[in-house]
Amino acid sequence: MTASAQPSAESAADALMVRGVSHSFGAIRALCDVSLAVPRGAFVVLLGPNGAGKSTLFSLVTRLYDNVSGEIRILGHDVRRRPTAALRQLGVVFQSRSLDSDLSLLQNLTYHAALQGMGRREGHARARAALAKVGLADRAAEKVRALSGGQARRVEIARALLHDPACLLLDEATVGLDVASRESVLAIIRGLVQQGVGVLWATHLVDEVAADDHVVLLHKGSVRFSGPVPKLLEIAQAGSLRGAFMRVTDNTRAEAA
Amino acid sequence: MSAFTASRRLGAAGYLACFNGIVWREVLRFLHQRERFLAALVRPLVWLFIFAAGFRQVLGVSIIPPYQTYVLYEVFVTPGLVGMILLFNAMQSSLSMVYDRETGAMRTLLVSPFPRSFLLVSKLLAGVAVALLQVYVFLLIAYFWEVEPPLIGYFTVLPALVLSGLMLGALALFMSSVIKQLENFAGVMNFVIFPMFFASSALYPLWRIRESSPLLYEICRLNPFTHAVELIRFALYGQIEPTSLAIVSGCIALFLGGAIYAYNPSKGLLGRRGAPGGG
Repeated sequence: MTASAQPSAESAADALMVRGVSHSFGAIRALCDVSLAVPRGAFVVLLGPNGAGKSTLFSLVTRLYDNVSGEIRILGHDVRRRPTAALRQLGVVFQSRSLDSDLSLLQNLTYHAALQGMGRREGHARARAALAKVGLADRAAEKVRALSGGQARRVEIARALLHDPACLLLDEATVGLDVASRESVLAIIRGLVQQGVGVLWATHLVDEVAADDHVVLLHKGSVRFSGPVPKLLEIAQAGSLRGAFMRVTDNTRAEAA
Repeated sequence: MSAFTASRRLGAAGYLACFNGIVWREVLRFLHQRERFLAALVRPLVWLFIFAAGFRQVLGVSIIPPYQTYVLYEVFVTPGLVGMILLFNAMQSSLSMVYDRETGAMRTLLVSPFPRSFLLVSKLLAGVAVALLQVYVFLLIAYFWEVEPPLIGYFTVLPALVLSGLMLGALALFMSSVIKQLENFAGVMNFVIFPMFFASSALYPLWRIRESSPLLYEICRLNPFTHAVELIRFALYGQIEPTSLAIVSGCIALFLGGAIYAYNPSKGLLGRRGAPGGG
């Protein structure tokens, strides 16, 4: 996959483009020259074991802190130089739950709508529509603490979609969910791809990867492979994705042709 | 989303909507947490009803500005207790920000497209709004305990409360950026809240402190909380204490600048320390 960002032309830009990004915490190198691209309407899996650097990359993309080298663009907008334009095109589902348990589903989403600059009326309307999208419209008035883990995840997805982002990041979004909830969440996300949203799905679970998905394999802060799953199997000479994953993360470097 | 809609959301109306949303959430959270509301009220009321009653005869207060006559100790200590509400509320905000940062909830706020300094100031003002609710309920109860400032004082004290709340909130915001873990908050209690409160003019007039310890007197004068209390004390009687006003305003600029620096993604401390999450 090649990066094709056009900074001045939002319409032609990838949903997300990361180029040559490195980051360190003191002496610890967390990311080393990471590049990847998520075109609009594409589902890209960021696959890597715990500690690979996935969350650090997400922190840089969401501008929790700045990248000191390389560039990150969301729909062509540099997150350092034009953070406002970039972040308004971004929806995020974080690894840990970030909903307010004391507030209702509707209140949580209305708060997020306000953070995106929407007034109460628009926020309410969009919150109800987003909850309907994830099948929770009838529970809008309930407090978040009454939800199961899977339902809470669906609310977080609804929240991330509230402002119609072009790019959606999900960091280990299915952690702690049962099989049915995981499949439900994945089905919702794959449905969004059909609507033109570019999705970066970070996970360490190989069974969440479909046979034809595009995979970026991150290990010890470096991209070890970027390409479709069949290519990874071929390069790693493995019969299964699990085998390929184990082989590549075992100090074998594979590159897409 | 059309370009027009998106840009309108980030215009003046969008900023206002964002600010309203942050304040609304903070107030809603506070009202939902009834125990927090009660605790916030009970703490100063215990001091007023029990401590002040006990110390009334021991301490006594001479005629010092802004009071024009001898006042009951309860009257003297009330501005200090108002300051206590603001101080504890600010530290509660700091605690909740450290918790939010540990759990990742803080990111929800920080990934908003609005400038981070605006988000932090909005969060700060939201905390002050919650503190004001508590202060006015406290002053209402105190009124029935013979703490009766002039009616105009309830209005003139408002700017002093906002400034003092901002100063303490900005200090708490800065502290939330440097406190690494929730467990460290106990240290904050010991090293910040108690010294700030006790080494101030909240409970006793400064001239009495000078009589007992000149060193402690100097420490109290350097304590920004002393000036917050004095600003409130004078404002409650429709007067301005210029030195306190200047010091409180200066401290707001200093602490807020530190907090914005610490949360700045390119210069701040968060990036050096790393974020929650293990991936």
